Amino acid sequence: METSTISRRELLKGTGALVVSFSLFGSVSRALAQAAAGGEPEATSLDSWLAIAQDGTVTVFTSKVELGTGTETALAQIVAEELDVPFSRIHMEAGDTSKSVDQAVTAASRTIERAGPQLRQAAAVARRELLRQASERLNAPADQLTVNDGVISASGASVRKVSYSELVGDKRFNVKMEASGFGWDLKISPDVPVKNVKDYKIVGTSVPRTDLPGKFTGEFTYAQDVRLPGMLHGRVVRPPVVNSKPLNVDEGSIKQIAGVVKVVQEGNFLGVVAQTEWAAIQAAKALKVTWSTPSTTLPATPDELYAYLKDTKSFNDQVVVNRGNADSAFAQASKKYEATFRWPFQLHGMLGPSCAVADVRGDSVTVWSGTQGPFRTRKALSDMLRIPEKNIRVIFREESGCYGRLSPDDAPLDAALLSRAVGKPVRVQWTRADEHGWEPKGPAQLVTVRAGVDAQGNIVAWDYMERGFPWSESAGNPLLAGRQIGMKNVSPGQSNGTAGGGEAYEFENQRIIAALIPWSQDTPTPLRTSNLRAPGDLARTFASESLLDEIAADLHVDPVQIRLRYLKNNKRVTEVLVAATQAAKWKEHVSHSAPVSGSKAMGRGVSVSGRDGTVTAAVAEVEVDKSSGEITIKRVTLAHDCGLIVNPDGLRNQIEGNIIQGVSRTLLEEVRFDAQGVKNLDWVSYPIVTFRRVPDIQIVLLNRKEMPALGGGEPSTVPVPAAIANAVYDAIGVRMREVPMTPQKVQASLRSKAPGQRA
Amino acid sequence: MAQITLHVNGKARMVDSDPTTPLLYVLRDDLELHGPRFGCGLSQCGACTVIIDGNTVRSCSFPVSSAKNKQITTLEGLGTVARPHVLQRAFVEEQAAQCGYCMNGMIMTAKVLLDKNPHPGDDDIKRALEGNLCRCGSHLRVMRAIKRAASERV
Repeated sequence: METSTISRRELLKGTGALVVSFSLFGSVSRALAQAAAGGEPEATSLDSWLAIAQDGTVTVFTSKVELGTGTETALAQIVAEELDVPFSRIHMEAGDTSKSVDQAVTAASRTIERAGPQLRQAAAVARRELLRQASERLNAPADQLTVNDGVISASGASVRKVSYSELVGDKRFNVKMEASGFGWDLKISPDVPVKNVKDYKIVGTSVPRTDLPGKFTGEFTYAQDVRLPGMLHGRVVRPPVVNSKPLNVDEGSIKQIAGVVKVVQEGNFLGVVAQTEWAAIQAAKALKVTWSTPSTTLPATPDELYAYLKDTKSFNDQVVVNRGNADSAFAQASKKYEATFRWPFQLHGMLGPSCAVADVRGDSVTVWSGTQGPFRTRKALSDMLRIPEKNIRVIFREESGCYGRLSPDDAPLDAALLSRAVGKPVRVQWTRADEHGWEPKGPAQLVTVRAGVDAQGNIVAWDYMERGFPWSESAGNPLLAGRQIGMKNVSPGQSNGTAGGGEAYEFENQRIIAALIPWSQDTPTPLRTSNLRAPGDLARTFASESLLDEIAADLHVDPVQIRLRYLKNNKRVTEVLVAATQAAKWKEHVSHSAPVSGSKAMGRGVSVSGRDGTVTAAVAEVEVDKSSGEITIKRVTLAHDCGLIVNPDGLRNQIEGNIIQGVSRTLLEEVRFDAQGVKNLDWVSYPIVTFRRVPDIQIVLLNRKEMPALGGGEPSTVPVPAAIANAVYDAIGVRMREVPMTPQKVQASLRSKAPGQRA
Repeated sequence: MAQITLHVNGKARMVDSDPTTPLLYVLRDDLELHGPRFGCGLSQCGACTVIIDGNTVRSCSFPVSSAKNKQITTLEGLGTVARPHVLQRAFVEEQAAQCGYCMNGMIMTAKVLLDKNPHPGDDDIKRALEGNLCRCGSHLRVMRAIKRAASERV
């Protein structure tokens, strides 16, 4: 059963041994929740961010949520460090809209970068206030006080000390702070001094994650595990094809299923509610619905899709770089290179399909969800239900890893419509086919790169044009249920990002554009789009780093050397590139010169990337079976610089995952569809990487203590596809220009000896 | 509906259920266990794995009526945070998860593997876990955890 008054927390202490501690956080949380009942926690109040209980526990209130990337642990480290308390005393209360300030969605690898400083400054204000109070209590000047593990001592007299909990235990601070900006840009008392990095003892260490032990024993509560008294089970009945409407619903068709409570239809939204989950599953499957013929269709084939991307007028050309005159330089170049790269729609593919529980009582709503943005979900619920946001409480409970998906944001809306219809709490669990078919997908992209080289072998022109779809599901547009009940789009969608077009390099004439092609629709489409891990950057880097490699090979230059040459003053990218190639024991060579023995050929490829300040470089070592076309990734070496590292093992964990997911997306993944809908609705038809395909991984972390901590959740997946493509060329001398690089495409490329276009 | 007695984690539990209900929903909804998880309902991902009479079973596709008179072990039956099974401890020590959603299946499958082959090599582990999907990419850590558990078992 869902309870929120008493939390139990398990953690690891020391090395190797499990130590378990139990704490009651109830009193503080309840008091603050009650205080907040008349209004939301305000960013300017220290009590909105931190509470110290009599037992010394520090509760941190944040709207940043744990999505499986370890940020909850890392944020707790930052607070423990700044407040000078042991890490084990920090309790994170995350993602409850009634208890936290809106710090924006947990996304874009910005949690540590943006929310870290917000929480650090709040902790610094708390520490300053505690020192002020201690100064009075101990009758000593604040600058003669020292803090150790939450105990403040006056220097020279060991008996004169007072603990944080003695000062403020279970009491409010009643301290105002400065706050400017909103969400990601919120700044909290930026002028309050913080600890010097050289004094850090907790930040920079591999503190074990607090959430993991319970996940290995079944004691952890995912959103899927939330149960409420009187709760019913719902399933949504999605149209079988794009934009089809239920014309007739035969409720008699599920009469024989015991436990069905109601068939809910609102506009084109259709669902069933039942007393048991099994009854809901059976009813959703058996319900006889006459669906309309779709009034819109999808592009029927990948070729049609890429033709649409190529030929449709952009509604926004995002200019990333425009230096010199790329057109005239290209026209005058001695040697010209041009290639087009295709990136398909891909799935986030959460292992656990979306789930939410909603309890709608009149105009009061409570929702439990794994949403990336509890406040964003609250707004979406408010827009759809026409209930004021202040009457809606969204409580985060973790779902499976999301990588930027929005389908967990859809499930609360489904659950709310069903709960409102039956007047009871309803739990909605999407099926696997719902998730594959209707999750908002990572958009397809088409990239054309042209480059010109002068008579001396210098790259003098770089003309890069990406054509891609924006995220239809962002920027306040209605989600699936909203569209089904008739809500209309408010925006053409949000950019899929712009990084990765070769802007890390400096060419004399350089133009990089990311063009947005219209895609957003009012009607529900299974090819709706949203941010998928390192949005857009994999495809863009695949294109830019492949073409640069092609030029290097043609000019008989080592692939690393050509990169170093044009990175010029880009010190950090240069250093990760050098670090990765040294660790991989890179030997200078011209591709493709790899030795071939029998049908199997080995090759190595390199790629660099940058994303929101974090820079990475990867070396991939592949084996290609020329007869079967199979690519095997033997090893990936990756160097990573995200500024100051908060938790080295947590970062390594992210990088390993990014590399493995990058391999999966490069070799295997493509959403297939025809004019009517998505065709791969399970894991057999949409394979992802499994144990036998996982490469060895070597990671080099560059820790820049002089820099702020930047994001590590996604940048390291970016260089993987290009490094693989370049390694394949090194091995077998053909360019793969379309993802996924399936054996069929490799074979076709080998047969034609032409660049790796679609067979 | 039918009264069915299940033997779960060493205890007899009576449930009142449609006999065709997949065991997963009975374990999760009636017995309130969180270990076995819904991932696909198609026996494709392994998130719902339980051990029945010493073998792994995908509980999402296994009717509850077939589990009668059999010994069912779920993740909860291995250990707790306070008293973890050697595998659970090894997974913590290797920090072998990101979101952790698939880890029920990884650990339960590893349990059966180690029961049958106490010292598996890399290829044995990969083969045993080939049908268990992990979307976060924790595969290498899972392998290290299983090897650690194998070396720590007495």
